[in-house]
Amino acid sequence: MPSLEIRDLFVALAATPDKPIVKGLNLTIRTGEVHAIMGPNGTGKSTLSKAIAGHPDYVITSGDVILDGKSILEMEPDERARAGLFLAFQYPSEIPGVSIANFLRAAVQARLAEGEELDATAYYKRLYSKMDMLKIDRKFTSRSVNEGFSGGEKKRCEILQMAMLEPTFALMDETDSGLDIDALRIVAEGVEAMRGDKLGVLLITHYQRLLDYIVPDFVHVMYDGRIVKSGDKTLALELEAKGYDWVKQELAATTA
Amino acid sequence: MSASPLSNAPAEGLDSARFAAHLSQRTTLPSWWLDAKKAAWNQFSALPLPSRTDETWRFSDLKGLDLTGFKLPEDAPQPHPKHAAFPQTAELVFSNREAITRSTMPADLAARGVIFAPLEEALREQGDLVRSYFQKHPANLGSEKFVALNTALTATGAFLYVPADVEIALPFVVQHTLTGQNLAAFPHTLVVLGPRAKATLVEFFVSGGPASERQLVAGVNDLHAAEGAQLTYVGAQHWSRETLAFQVNSIAAERDARVLSLNLHLGGRQARHESHSRLLGPGAHSEMLALTVADGDREFDQRTLQTHVAPNTTSNLLYKNALLETAKTIFSGLIIVEPDAQKTDAYQKNRNLMLSDDAEAHSLPGLEIQANDVKCSHGSTSARIDAEQEFYLQARGIAPAAARRLLVTAFFEEVLNKLENEDLHAALTALIATRFQA
Ligand SMILES: Nc1ncnc2c1ncn2[C@@H]1O[C@H](COP(=O)(O)OP(=O)(O)OP(=O)(O)O)[C@@H](O)[C@H]1O
Ligand SMILES: [Mg+2]
Repeated sequence: MPSLEIRDLFVALAATPDKPIVKGLNLTIRTGEVHAIMGPNGTGKSTLSKAIAGHPDYVITSGDVILDGKSILEMEPDERARAGLFLAFQYPSEIPGVSIANFLRAAVQARLAEGEELDATAYYKRLYSKMDMLKIDRKFTSRSVNEGFSGGEKKRCEILQMAMLEPTFALMDETDSGLDIDALRIVAEGVEAMRGDKLGVLLITHYQRLLDYIVPDFVHVMYDGRIVKSGDKTLALELEAKGYDWVKQELAATTA
Repeated sequence: MSASPLSNAPAEGLDSARFAAHLSQRTTLPSWWLDAKKAAWNQFSALPLPSRTDETWRFSDLKGLDLTGFKLPEDAPQPHPKHAAFPQTAELVFSNREAITRSTMPADLAARGVIFAPLEEALREQGDLVRSYFQKHPANLGSEKFVALNTALTATGAFLYVPADVEIALPFVVQHTLTGQNLAAFPHTLVVLGPRAKATLVEFFVSGGPASERQLVAGVNDLHAAEGAQLTYVGAQHWSRETLAFQVNSIAAERDARVLSLNLHLGGRQARHESHSRLLGPGAHSEMLALTVADGDREFDQRTLQTHVAPNTTSNLLYKNALLETAKTIFSGLIIVEPDAQKTDAYQKNRNLMLSDDAEAHSLPGLEIQANDVKCSHGSTSARIDAEQEFYLQARGIAPAAARRLLVTAFFEEVLNKLENEDLHAALTALIATRFQA
């Protein structure tokens, strides 16, 4: 079964490699599983996901990330993506002048074998069916990527990309923030539709309400660059009730 | 005519004997034309090559302006079209020394007096019409020597004449292909739109052989839009990497005329483009656009002038360069507002997208305003590719080269969007994309 293993990972900003943000994080995700990571602001959740995707701002100073038994650390971001990783960004970039249709077409084309031509008719058919599922107006295909999109439209567009690219492992960074209740349901249904034994998900969120729709198999609490507590879906409910201070106190007690 | 004895001796180049042979092959053309050619040859011979002290050649690589070893083509091989097809009114194809194919124009247009022909044919059949517009308003932006060489040796190029009130939606297309080592070409295209006429002319300039083909091209256009006319001109060059290319546009817009000119620079080792717009009647407008893909160690040198002669005229220049590797671009633009040109609205913008830290973009914008009630602005910007955008594309599996192509295309969209014709827009986008295929 394919897995994404994060082993004792240390991540720092490329500019300040001696100041780790992620500090020895361990986590293994298998396909078929949904893991939720919760944790206070600034604890390193986005840093973790962007470093795994290969963002140039970050350096992995030690540890490893293993996808299907192979380290991905020497791979370029585009190679990691083609190997099956997908990052749904917390803050997706706006790219004026590149239409959604051309952008996704390039991404789909990039996954074809050398010399293989994309079947444009089939591509549009698939694109439209995914857009319909996510209730995205078909007119969006000619709009520039994320340009002038509302917060919720951007997040829906991330899920559309995920649906088109069919990753093995998706890192979803606060895909629920900025969504109204209806949009949240649509997005969650979209993810649920993809859920299955071909996909592993790491869901970064602050809110229990998302986990009502996408019920996780595991919940982890991240604090100060590490996972400090893991459990099942009830952990999220407990966190919601007691807040992070509870985790902090527990942590202080064990390290004292 | 017997073959020139110099044809196999490239080191000797374009000399008087070669010019004499060129003239002797054209005795059936009007005498005023032959006289103009002789005068131009004398001018070419008398003018020095640009020197370091010439302000109009600031930053240019003068060592690259080596004219030795070039010869005139003596054949006309069948070229392979290199651009995507799009709906058109008629097409003229030039290969090396002459027109080799032409599609017939719709009969109703011919009946209404539209002329679309090789320039030399027009000289024979409509000599007086050509005479009254040929180099009527020459551009004087530094390449006078090469413009003179063009007049002296031109054998190819089109003449498009659209009489008053004739509006033609689909473009006229002219293809120039130069195939062969050390060959030189001097295309000259003349476009005349009568009052309230409307037309689009698209010219493609390509090398037919391998990228290593050394060539010399000095091309000139005269674009005239009479009162209320609407002219769209596109000149797209994709010369070989060893070509020294000059392209000089002169644009004249009369009262209420609108001219849009777009030059696409994709090839050449050293390519210089000069464009001079004259706003001659109130209400005239000139939209001056250019897009450049500068990679390798190529140099693209652009010199422009917007001359506002009449009041209430507008001009808008937007030149965008994408620079890669160790390429160099030079943009030098001037807006002149003459004393009578009150209420002028003139803009000039040069935007450079730097895809490499080793590329060089020079920008020399300028204004010379002799009227007091005008709105003018100029500016230049150089920006790198947005790292977040690049990462976003790569995070979707798009390889760096393809990501860059998308971002350059996006950068160019602002200019291409100004074309009304979507098929033409798509064909130019596809042509630009070919520059990014390894
Ligand atoms: N590119 C960056 N430049 C400067 N500081 C950064 C950068 N990326 C992360 N940091 C810092 O690293 C720490 C962790 O940030 P990160 O965005 O990973 O937190 P987070 O857990 O995702 O927070 P949130 O819940 O607010 O999204 C913060 O202190 C942040 O300011
Ligand atoms: Mg975050």
